[in-house]
Amino acid sequence: MSEENEVLVRARGLIKRFGGFTAVAGIDFDLFRGEAFGFLGPNGAGKSSTMRMIGCVSPPSGGELTILGLDPVRDGSAIRARLGVVPQEDTLDMELTVRENLLVYGRYFGLPRALIRERTDQLLEFVQLADRGKDKVEPLSGGMKRRLTIARSLINDPEILILDEPTTGLDPQARHVVWDRLFRLKQRGVTLILTTHYMDEAEQLCDRLVVMDHGTVAAEGSPRELIAEYCSPEVLELRFEPAVHDASVEKVKDSTTDRVEVLADRILLYVTNGDAALAAVRQRGFQPLTSLVRRGTLEDVFLRLTGRRLED
Amino acid sequence: MDRTLRAFRCWLTVYRRIWRSSIWSSILGPVCYLGAMGFGLGSLVNKHGTASLGGVSYLAFLAPAILASSAMTTGLDESTFPVFGSIKWNKIYIAAQASPLRPGDIFRGHLLFMLMRIFLNTFIFIVIMCAFDAERSAWVVLAQPAAVLTGLAFAAPIAAWAVTVKNETAFSIVFRFGMIPLMLFSGTFFPLSQLPAWLRPLAYATPLWHGVALCRGLSLGQLDWTGFAVHVGYLGGLAAVGIWAGTRMYRRRLYV
Repeated sequence: MSEENEVLVRARGLIKRFGGFTAVAGIDFDLFRGEAFGFLGPNGAGKSSTMRMIGCVSPPSGGELTILGLDPVRDGSAIRARLGVVPQEDTLDMELTVRENLLVYGRYFGLPRALIRERTDQLLEFVQLADRGKDKVEPLSGGMKRRLTIARSLINDPEILILDEPTTGLDPQARHVVWDRLFRLKQRGVTLILTTHYMDEAEQLCDRLVVMDHGTVAAEGSPRELIAEYCSPEVLELRFEPAVHDASVEKVKDSTTDRVEVLADRILLYVTNGDAALAAVRQRGFQPLTSLVRRGTLEDVFLRLTGRRLED
Repeated sequence: MDRTLRAFRCWLTVYRRIWRSSIWSSILGPVCYLGAMGFGLGSLVNKHGTASLGGVSYLAFLAPAILASSAMTTGLDESTFPVFGSIKWNKIYIAAQASPLRPGDIFRGHLLFMLMRIFLNTFIFIVIMCAFDAERSAWVVLAQPAAVLTGLAFAAPIAAWAVTVKNETAFSIVFRFGMIPLMLFSGTFFPLSQLPAWLRPLAYATPLWHGVALCRGLSLGQLDWTGFAVHVGYLGGLAAVGIWAGTRMYRRRLYV
């Protein structure tokens, strides 16, 4: 098997139940070495449960799961030695300093002190915390803590980095710094698995992704493939005077063969060419208050697959 | 074993930040107890005769019992809130869990740290106790391992239970209705012969009574081999059950 086709994580019919509740209801996926793979989905879709199973801290209730060619139940410890995990909530020790957090964590992996020290220098440099090494963790900002968690997850030089909602709760600047660091890791060949409900994050980082809903995989592919399959190249958004909104959207709907979605304040037309569609709408005598032509995005795909809205 | 030590060293790193203040309370506690109870209350008791104490001064009667009960207190302190907090507050267990450490390693590593705390506190206690001239036999050197065993007999099973606790108010029940009655009615401050006869078997069944009897017997040099074997067997059995249960409970709680 060639290097780039090597399967690192393989799931077939993977199930996770908690008592009577099924969090993951039989999913299939393959994760290849060197790619960035995303799990998208609304809260409660089963993303975190899947992450915990891949992280070998939660035994599957059914189906097959192989990680690095090993069995997560029997070889959990050996697998975890080769994983890096950035959990949804930071688990840093607030009482300790930045460097001590990395030292304690490095020891969990049985790394010699000299190696931990050397990697700590490199990692703190990498996550732009080199000048905070001796500071306590507690007063650091949310973005800094996240970056420290990422640095800590890399202390064992992992083959796969698992990130559960890596930028949830961060301000825009902090998010961009995290994205930038993750992109660099990807360039270095680290395999990334991440969950998110931010579509821009998925579009920026993921080579391939699955959309999960109610514990199942609703769609799978690259962001571009998913947009092509479940959306349209462009989206035309029209807004009418509130007084004539309802009547106008009905008429626009009747006059086109494209997929149309009616929202409370505007109407969306999923079209190949937005400008041409807008011209056609105008030609038929409709005068929208405002109009917007934009590219079809992953967010459109996501809302179509997991949203609960009326569609035509 | 290697992985247990890796987990233990995390606790050492944490402890390095707070050991100074914790050592002071380990010294002040015994000094206050032995001073106030042993000398203060003791001077009254001794006036009324000490036949029921086995003919020794109240201080000599009391000191080894306080040693055992302070081992219990340290064991309970270290196995309740710190265990709970490692899941809910500072999440030490959750962080460790993502590493090669297994739930059993995390448990044993923490237990080893509890053992170290009990060891340090009882060591300090014995030194102070001897400085107060409260021991009556050279066997007192064995009273320290005996006290450590007493502490472990509490720490291991309580940690196994604490890891499953969802609400920390459960611990105040342990302290109020478990620890305090045990301290009062395990032959600590007065001999069990003073209890109503029907209550005595209940006291004999409690682990602290075995710890007190063991430490007192050694400190006074009045222990026979049968008593020694029974007390060590009881406390060792309790510790073994706790260690066995802890590995299982930690796994059940952390590996879901």
